[in-house]
Amino acid sequence: MTLLDFARGPGLQGAWLVMVGGTAWRIAGILLLRQRLHLAAPRIGFAGRVRGGLATVFTRFVPRRTFWPRIAVSVGLSSTFHLGLAVIVLGGAPHIQVIHQFFWLTWPSLPKGLVVIVSGLTLASMIALLFRRIYHPVLRLLSTTDDYLSWLLVFLPVLTGILLSGETIASYRTLLTLHILSVELMMVWLPFGKLLHVKLAFYSRAAMGMNFARKGAAT
Amino acid sequence: MNTAEKAMRGFVSDFGPTAALSMESCVHCGRCAEACQFYVQTGDPRYTPIHKIAPFRQAYEREVGPFALIYRLFGLARKVTVDELTSWQDLIYDSCNMCGRCSLICPMGIDIADLVEKARHGMYTAGLAPADYLGLLAEKEHATGSPFRLSVTKFREMLHAIGDQYGVAMHVDEATADIVPTVSSIDLKTYPGSMAAIAKILNHVGESWTFRTDGFDADNVSLTAGDRDGQRATTLGVVQAATTCGAKTLLMPECGHAFTEMRWEAANAFGRKLPFRVMQITEFLAEGLADGRIRVKTVKQRATYHDACQVSRRGGATAAPRTILEALGVDLHELEDAGDANWCCGGGGGVALINRAAPLRQKAFEIKQRQVEATGMDTVYTSCSGCRQTLDHGGKAAQWNKTVGSLLELVADSLRP
Repeated sequence: MTLLDFARGPGLQGAWLVMVGGTAWRIAGILLLRQRLHLAAPRIGFAGRVRGGLATVFTRFVPRRTFWPRIAVSVGLSSTFHLGLAVIVLGGAPHIQVIHQFFWLTWPSLPKGLVVIVSGLTLASMIALLFRRIYHPVLRLLSTTDDYLSWLLVFLPVLTGILLSGETIASYRTLLTLHILSVELMMVWLPFGKLLHVKLAFYSRAAMGMNFARKGAAT
Repeated sequence: MNTAEKAMRGFVSDFGPTAALSMESCVHCGRCAEACQFYVQTGDPRYTPIHKIAPFRQAYEREVGPFALIYRLFGLARKVTVDELTSWQDLIYDSCNMCGRCSLICPMGIDIADLVEKARHGMYTAGLAPADYLGLLAEKEHATGSPFRLSVTKFREMLHAIGDQYGVAMHVDEATADIVPTVSSIDLKTYPGSMAAIAKILNHVGESWTFRTDGFDADNVSLTAGDRDGQRATTLGVVQAATTCGAKTLLMPECGHAFTEMRWEAANAFGRKLPFRVMQITEFLAEGLADGRIRVKTVKQRATYHDACQVSRRGGATAAPRTILEALGVDLHELEDAGDANWCCGGGGGVALINRAAPLRQKAFEIKQRQVEATGMDTVYTSCSGCRQTLDHGGKAAQWNKTVGSLLELVADSLRP
């Protein structure tokens, strides 16, 4: 069995298992805690907890206008990075093929040149985010090993993906192996660190939205 | 159990899924710092809101989190020392108004103010609340129901004296009443005119009402200090008094945390829905003005308005004061960020009651000072005695020539016969 065979076979299966199992464990461990009572009468005109929760899931994608002047750099870099990742994963032809292979879904891909440009922007925004984390006093104070490890485990797939698309420094086979393995490493770490915010952000926003909506308060 | 362990246990004592999600979801983006008056004014990264609860993370990870078993088995969570917690006192207390502005900016929807409240519970349990003099007041409140140890007799005398001084009929300890107003200890100490104003307005409305000396002080200093037992005792004292006289409405004074506690938490302490409505005074006034029970003369005045965080952003009553000001015909010039995104005055969350926090509080006040000056108004109204006092003190220290007024007193002074 070659390393590529391993990456495509048992490696991928193991990564899936850890990612799905770990995620289920962590989320169940949170949601199964005893719910606090909310016996106070909701505000008159209360539109509903579900509606409030759902609204907050979406409104928190864009910060309130009043905060923009102080967080423009943070929003600009993180938006570039997140949107870039979405374009790469959902718009790149090889990724669409993989998704089709596993989930039988498909859609038209974006031109390769565009995906390469977006990949470059994504990589650049990640490097800028790393520098910011190291040099900004607030971020430096808050940062833990998880922050740097999670950054690295997302950076490697993006980097190897760019190298793979140009088949630059090594053979296609070698670069593909490295790319798949780096994705699998990310999958394995996902449930245990900050990367799980891909799911937790939605739960957390919804929980706050539900709580504040019943008060008629700002969400 | 040592002091640090007590603090940790206190922190996690009522963790549900919402608080756990808050602990789990932070991505360390640092945006909360940019919403916090203490960071913005000092540039000190220690004041980053989510950092303020950092020592308590180990308690969550060891006791509550999904991987708690692994943390305990392998001793992975870092031990926190008493010295570290003591050094953290100024972050949990002095530099957090629990105003929730950070919760509004957080892209993950983390209610950091709620986590700080839990951290304060831990600190209080371990005897680490600042003694001078928030902790001292909480102890008195827990023991007597009043942070200033005001006896029932003394309170009754005070109310009648205020009635005589302001020429308004006081209703005290009547057996039954539809409306029971409560007071804030700040009003008792500093702004007695606000109690006269409540009496005047309730007499004007014409419904039966009474102050109850067996449950009058809704301030709940215990909440801000972190004393859960005191918080519950104080709350239930007021609930019991209102229930005894068959109140249909329990009226919260111009006080932010009093409203938060009674409106949103009291039923949980009571164990079932409260048998009466709980209204912050601005909600009551806005409703009365809308349905015609309260009739006012037009006030020819230009002014600005400072939102109390617990009433507006975290209480959902942002519209009420504006309805009142409109009914009074006040030419309102809003502050920048007015309403839900307002900046705290700097005194909220009990910070006004921590003596050593005065210089830091003043720095937070400077934001409000700049904002009020930008409107060009000479008068700023508010509907929280804590805010009013902080603005008064801040203004005095800054030799400010602005007048800080109570919205309640403005309405009382503008009643039409």
